[in-house]
Amino acid sequence: MSVSVRVPTQLRNLTGGEGQISVEAATVGEALKALDAAHPGVGERIFDESGGLRRFVNVFVADEDVRFQQGLDTVVQEGQTISIVPAVAGG
Amino acid sequence: MSPTSAPAGPHIIGLRCRECGRGYPAEALHVCEFCFGPLEVDYDYEAITAAISREKIAAGPPTIWRYADLLPAGSPGAVTSSGGASAPGAPVDLGAGFTPLVRADRLASELGLGELWLKNDTLNPTGSFKDRVVSVALTRARELGFKLAACASTGNLANSVAAHAARAGMDSVVFIPHDLEPAKVVTTAVYGGKLIAVDGTYDDVNRLCSELTADHPTWAFVNVNVRPYYSEGSKTLAYEVAEQLGWEVPDHVVVPVASGSQLVKVQKGFAELHRVGLLAEEPQVRISGAQATGCSPVATAFAEGTDHVRPQKPRTIAKSLAIGNPADGWYALDVVRSTGGAVGSVTDDEIVEGIRLLARTEGIFAETAGGVTIATLANLARQGVVRADERVVAYITGLGLKTIDAVSPHVGPTATIAPTIEAFNQAAEVDS
Repeated sequence: MSVSVRVPTQLRNLTGGEGQISVEAATVGEALKALDAAHPGVGERIFDESGGLRRFVNVFVADEDVRFQQGLDTVVQEGQTISIVPAVAGG
Repeated sequence: MSPTSAPAGPHIIGLRCRECGRGYPAEALHVCEFCFGPLEVDYDYEAITAAISREKIAAGPPTIWRYADLLPAGSPGAVTSSGGASAPGAPVDLGAGFTPLVRADRLASELGLGELWLKNDTLNPTGSFKDRVVSVALTRARELGFKLAACASTGNLANSVAAHAARAGMDSVVFIPHDLEPAKVVTTAVYGGKLIAVDGTYDDVNRLCSELTADHPTWAFVNVNVRPYYSEGSKTLAYEVAEQLGWEVPDHVVVPVASGSQLVKVQKGFAELHRVGLLAEEPQVRISGAQATGCSPVATAFAEGTDHVRPQKPRTIAKSLAIGNPADGWYALDVVRSTGGAVGSVTDDEIVEGIRLLARTEGIFAETAGGVTIATLANLARQGVVRADERVVAYITGLGLKTIDAVSPHVGPTATIAPTIEAFNQAAEVDS
């Protein structure tokens, strides 16, 4: 199904400046791999050597952190938005 | 284009990724493009060592800006004791920092400790340590040409950004969770900037602001795109304690943990004092952290002995510490473990008891984060982690008037009486 991936500023030099990219995928992991296939280089920035998300990369589906769901196996629905967001501190 | 053409501060080389070491210019950048690691300020420590001295610091203003040589913004020559000057390089300054370090013998006695000190950061201009980081962040933001300051906040940062932006003549847009304590809402809104209440947790607000940063490159989000400068302000919590102890360091400090940044920067602050020659010996300071049980991702990871800080959904009265996904949690764990400290957590009831114990014994009214710190200190003392033979400093980082709801059900008038002497004598049972 078609989902939309919001791309952070830090990756937009790999997407031709695009901040929102549509991909076909059934899970978060598939969507991110599809993004990497369409825009090579994205994968090595967001995945670590073991294929998991890097420590400072947060991914949200419908505004919910995938770590509260099934991580990269989280199922996505038609038309949903996946956001890649760098971790930041606050308070 | 974002406003990024200002020259670097006097002792800044640039920014550097804490994870992969890649270098970046000293602009409004916070994340490494290659590994998403946090960017940190890279200093010319040789230049700082040549420029700084205990005497120069002592002659500086009674604010964080007495340590201007060690901060990533402002021009040390433009810092004056009058504060708030509009000369080039002058800081955005409401007088943050150089708060009292008070000996706490009565509290120490209650907790079975020896030499205990309290860093009373409730006495900052807007009532919390956030004035330190915001003064640095907005000074740098102004140098970089920004005209608008923004932030995601659990309340204390909201107060401070709104106030400092007003002081600097900047616009402000502050984002808060919708269920914040009423006092923190009023004490932000009064400064006249935009205040946006978001129907979600702090972590939701933070995520929203991270995404908005991309859409608003002309906004200085203090804890997003100018975070490398902002977070450095917390180092002054260490500098001041060392100076106030006569250029000595404590054996053990207890620091509240939200994002984990403050704890990490306190350790960096002590280490830098040695690096630039202000302390003869390398400091050996044990650093312990304090969290609320209802939001304890770092304490949980510490207890489980893992490096992995799992995010949590916060449920605690300590809203200023309610960050379920702490960006610096991993670094905070590393500091605590490498210095021989611990991270404890306390329940909401213990937090209220901590607030009351501190008020009753030392006359300091702290917000819930202070209750977390004192209650955790009490537990760590009972467990023998914090010892009676140590010189201990506990950081009290926010004012009790901000979270009055936390204690209002538990305290009130001793009696309500008619305006007569008889009624008073009956109610108070005073000795004649």
